[in-house]
Amino acid sequence: MEHYANLLVRSIFLENMALVYFLGMCSYLACSKKVETALGLGIAVVFVQTLTVPLNNLLLRYLLSDGALGWLSPALAGVNLNFLAFIVFIATIAAAVQVVEMMVDRFAPGLYSTLGVFLPLIAVNCVILGGSLFMQERDYTFTESVVFGFGSGLGFAIALVALAAIRERMTYSNVPGGLRGLGITFIATGLMSLAFMMFSGIQI
Amino acid sequence: MSVLDRWLPPRARSVLLTPILVNNPIAVQVLGICSALAVTTRIDKALVMGAAVILVAAAANLAVSLVRNYTPGSIRIIVQLAIIASLVIMVDQFLKAYLFELSLELSVFVGLIITNCIVMGRAEGFAMQNPPWPSFLDGVGNGLGYALVLLLVAFVRELTGAGRVLGFTVLPLVSDGGWYEGNGLMLLAPSALFIVGLLIWALREWKPELQEKD
Repeated sequence: MEHYANLLVRSIFLENMALVYFLGMCSYLACSKKVETALGLGIAVVFVQTLTVPLNNLLLRYLLSDGALGWLSPALAGVNLNFLAFIVFIATIAAAVQVVEMMVDRFAPGLYSTLGVFLPLIAVNCVILGGSLFMQERDYTFTESVVFGFGSGLGFAIALVALAAIRERMTYSNVPGGLRGLGITFIATGLMSLAFMMFSGIQI
Repeated sequence: MSVLDRWLPPRARSVLLTPILVNNPIAVQVLGICSALAVTTRIDKALVMGAAVILVAAAANLAVSLVRNYTPGSIRIIVQLAIIASLVIMVDQFLKAYLFELSLELSVFVGLIITNCIVMGRAEGFAMQNPPWPSFLDGVGNGLGYALVLLLVAFVRELTGAGRVLGFTVLPLVSDGGWYEGNGLMLLAPSALFIVGLLIWALREWKPELQEKD
């Protein structure tokens, strides 16, 4: 249990997808003008990330890794499809996003109208693919991948909402012309990233 | 008509050259920042990453443009993703075979070229409407613009952080008996954001028409 709690804290704060690995920067910068939109995108990312990382973990375990096809027939035990991982991951993500979109539309129309625009966008968000690739690189077990998926999504959402709040306040400040908009957002993100570094070394 | 004019008429030349400085994908179009910042601690990493993106962007634009008239509009994103993912797999396998050490350090960021907004953005925004040769040049140009910013950031970070350029010592560090005290912040993640932020500031002071109004 401690191991999972540690992994959760690490994926939220220490290895924050947005502020330490700079993943999902495009939507991070584009969707952080208002807290409301930031929250919508954040929830969508947590949702999709928690779903796709464990899903890709299962695919990796039972289809792609060295000798993984052994459960089908012994003749296939020597097959290693690892090189297909990228294309399988991205296909899973695109499909999962589509399914999630339809299900949310059917069962939670209120949530759908909030998330609507962001869900299809998420299919090409680096955070989602990055989560699956980190899962592959670090060789997580199934339970670990659930925890990691949830944590990394939540970490991204927290960073996104925090930046949106900062930017809302920043509209009242006098920023030099050339730095206005994108430039100052980069600097603010840098300072946030610096602040998140204080979490390093935390063990539970 | 010279050979240059035959293959690079003025319009094609502008397609190739504008993304490098005038319409830079990172600083002006704000594309592809996702995987750009984490690989800039050292110049050799930035170099390999830049080369990989140039290759993938050019080849993906070429391939997407070749099949653009046979691709139904409703599934074009999937088609583009499949093309890009196959190209990235090739690059990744090549790096693993010939530059194994570096591929370990680049870790997931090679795979993340798939979702790099530059590649997707140019395939969707340019290659779907243009013939193969200009699309290819557009891919090369945007890849070069990306690589340029990457190299610039990596140069500043490696020089001020570790006192080296491309692995060669330029400013001898105090810890090695030299005089230069390395700036540890430059090797940490936030410095990349500061450098790109300042770069954008400089660019927009130079070209005021790029400034944001709000």
